Amino acid sequence: MEEVKPQLLKITFDGIEVEVEPGTTIMQAARKIAEADESQGHLVPPAMCYYKPLPVSGGKCRACLVKVSAGSAKDPRPMPKLVPSCITQVQDGMVVENTTNPAVLDTRKSIVEFLLINHPLDCPICDQAGECHLQDFAFEHGSAKTRYEEERRTFDKIDIGPHVQLHMTRCILCYRCVYTADQITDKRVHGVMNRGDASEISTYIEKAIDNDFSGNVIDVCPVGALTDKTFRFKNRVWFTKPEDAHRDCDKCCGKTTLWYRGDEVIRVTARKNTWGEVTDFICNTCRFEKKSTKDWVLEGPTKVKRSSVISANKYRKDLVAKPDFALKLAASQFKQIDDSRPYTTDEETIRHQSIENNDKANHRSLAANNN
Amino acid sequence: MARKILTEHINVPGIETFDVYRKQGGYTAVEKAIKTMTPEEVVEEAKKSGVRGRGGAGFPMGMKWGFLAKPEGVPRYLVCNADESEPGTFKDHHLMKCIPHLLIEGMIISSFALGANKSFIYVRGELMYVIRILEKAIAEAKAQGFLGKNILGSGYDLELVVQPGGGAYICGEETALLESLEGKRGNPRNKPPFPAVKGLYQSPTVVNNVESIANMSWIINNGGDAYAAIGIGRSTGTKLISASGHIQKPGVYEIELGVSVDEFLNSDEYCGGIRKGHYLKALVAGGSSVPILPANLITKTAAGEDRLMTYESLSDGGFATGTMLGSGGFIVFDETACIVRNTWNFSRFYHHESCGQCSPCREGTGWMEKVLHRIEHGHGSMHDIDLLVDISKKIEGNTICPLGDAAAWPVASAIRHFRDEFVWHITHPQEATAPGAVYMGEMVLG
Ligand SMILES: Cc1cc2nc3c(=O)[nH]c(=O)nc-3n(C[C@H](O)[C@H](O)[C@H](O)COP(=O)(O)O)c2cc1C
Ligand code: SF4
Ligand code: FES
Repeated sequence: MEEVKPQLLKITFDGIEVEVEPGTTIMQAARKIAEADESQGHLVPPAMCYYKPLPVSGGKCRACLVKVSAGSAKDPRPMPKLVPSCITQVQDGMVVENTTNPAVLDTRKSIVEFLLINHPLDCPICDQAGECHLQDFAFEHGSAKTRYEEERRTFDKIDIGPHVQLHMTRCILCYRCVYTADQITDKRVHGVMNRGDASEISTYIEKAIDNDFSGNVIDVCPVGALTDKTFRFKNRVWFTKPEDAHRDCDKCCGKTTLWYRGDEVIRVTARKNTWGEVTDFICNTCRFEKKSTKDWVLEGPTKVKRSSVISANKYRKDLVAKPDFALKLAASQFKQIDDSRPYTTDEETIRHQSIENNDKANHRSLAANNN
Repeated sequence: MARKILTEHINVPGIETFDVYRKQGGYTAVEKAIKTMTPEEVVEEAKKSGVRGRGGAGFPMGMKWGFLAKPEGVPRYLVCNADESEPGTFKDHHLMKCIPHLLIEGMIISSFALGANKSFIYVRGELMYVIRILEKAIAEAKAQGFLGKNILGSGYDLELVVQPGGGAYICGEETALLESLEGKRGNPRNKPPFPAVKGLYQSPTVVNNVESIANMSWIINNGGDAYAAIGIGRSTGTKLISASGHIQKPGVYEIELGVSVDEFLNSDEYCGGIRKGHYLKALVAGGSSVPILPANLITKTAAGEDRLMTYESLSDGGFATGTMLGSGGFIVFDETACIVRNTWNFSRFYHHESCGQCSPCREGTGWMEKVLHRIEHGHGSMHDIDLLVDISKKIEGNTICPLGDAAAWPVASAIRHFRDEFVWHITHPQEATAPGAVYMGEMVLG
């Protein structure tokens, strides 16, 4: 019998045509474009909550909102609201605007702002810095200043079992860890408590997840809310050297990345793909107990596939290619910053200068929004 | 006197019992529907009646029923939304408390029409005593053979379950309600899929408001066409309005859609006018989520026409000069009300009730509340006003569920129509924070 091939759907994403199978989301279609042509990587909408290996994830952070300017060939009307590209399925003849639509980019900028207003911005002391998706997201789409003058919400740090620390203050409530926990255990120990900006990831009062795969919540966390206690404060990630390695493991795939400082393995993580996603979870033994080269068969240096603040400086500048008008916008904003101040080390003067500059920045941003 | 459909018998002593309700003609519609009509015919009557959802969005009920998917071998559900938590809205509470059998009867007819064998009434959790009343009514109806197996010998089975709500406003959003009903955290779902395709337990589901469903017994007894003859244009039938605020006679009123706002506000049959010695300043016509209107846009539209109590007339002028009928929470403000304080209060509510799933609503509602708090307490600066407008714009339309919009609209509309009052709070912090101080243009009260 002849195999029946599903009818492919054609969609136009930022002017580029691509054919995908029915059931594909707009996000996946965009990723397909980028996978075929690396130079188009910047077209892919950012994802702060969606995580392909976790089936119910997505739709929450709204970072990936795009404009559907034609719904389908059959019904070419535009969709009235911006739609989350990570969970919206494509229709044949759909036309989507992402980086080509200023309203989309404007909204994205405000999503960065929303995600940052209650974020502690403590990157200098955060282990995630350098591989933090929120940093990357803010770097690429955010603004250098804040309009937020109020107090930020804070939480106490909580130990989740012996290896993982939860610092809720940094959490952006993407729910990825919750869905991971749901996959690996049926005990529902890792839900969300409370509402709104008081929501908390909880293990129902610090109950440890005694599960062999609990460490994976660290890898799926896009920010520094869930961190590896065996790696805490050991090093900045951009000083470490990642190597792919594997071992025979009776619990998991055994395929990992070892993070070296000199000859010392200071961290073991699962491997991430171009989109920062782990497709094969690893067990806690591989992650927390096998920290010696002799435990592993080395495969060679890990390729940095994803654009990030590290890759931007060290590896591949082209990964952060931005759309033209975003660069122009950035340039116009940078010009306005007053850098003619005299150099001083007097603390009082510096403090005043920075307050003054902040005020100016605040007024500028508002002036821009009033037009 | 205007015609009453829902509240005709509400004052008959003992109407909450089966016997008295039955004597007033109760349950005849169930008999008529189940014995003489097919489910499709019942749906047809609902469509003809033009009755629109009374929970806020105003979507035609018959059309919603028509969308229900009917795959073979999959159960279908009807869920009644009795979570009523919108500030300013208290009509469903009144109806269920006073005349519970009207809802039960509507539930039986509607379930029959949709082919549901198990239906739910999800009642706001704080209303335990209403839950008891409903449970008693269900037991009575069951004892009389109107519920349970083989209703009236027709072979149709229906079990009716009353579920206490999760204690959050967001559980009134239909998909959050379904999550909560399934025993999960009441987080709204992303749509599509819509409940009509994948609702409760991933099965096709219809969610309707208490008042929407309660209309069904009258519609079956008198016909959808008779219902459609009441009202104006696409606003058919009657509507319960919860009237509150600075009026002579607060309470729940049943109006024929199409009476003028002026009549509803000032006639003795309804609100009885603004309380003595005061005058109208502002109106929230459809529950806290809809845009607030200033005095000059309440009884007349911007085009100078009489404003009517209909879906269309209240939204005449769009958001620039109009509002919405919403859930019918009619909140009246006289000149002693401070709009800034009121806006802050609404904003506090939405901040407290945001489920926290999506970033614009989780962060934006809290941000707006804090800025409004600052302005109200004399610490605002001029750029805060535009900041608020900008935050509200960035929330609106970008969230998973309409709570984000509901939080944004009151703020945006208050600034649109009462900007000078916000400005005054900022330029006159001392006067503005004096006890009872209210801005009145040239004059300051208090
Ligand atoms: C935040 C929020 C709260 C809501 N609360 C209620 C409610 O308490 N009662 C209600 O009937 N509808 C409520 N709704 C509307 C429901 O989502 C839904 O539209 C309605 O129950 C459908 O019934 P209807 O078509 O009969 O109006 C709410 C919507 C939102 C977004
Ligand atoms: S809009 Fe608010 S209430 Fe609705 S899903 Fe998003 S966070 Fe929850
Ligand atoms: S990635 Fe699509 S909404 Fe978060």
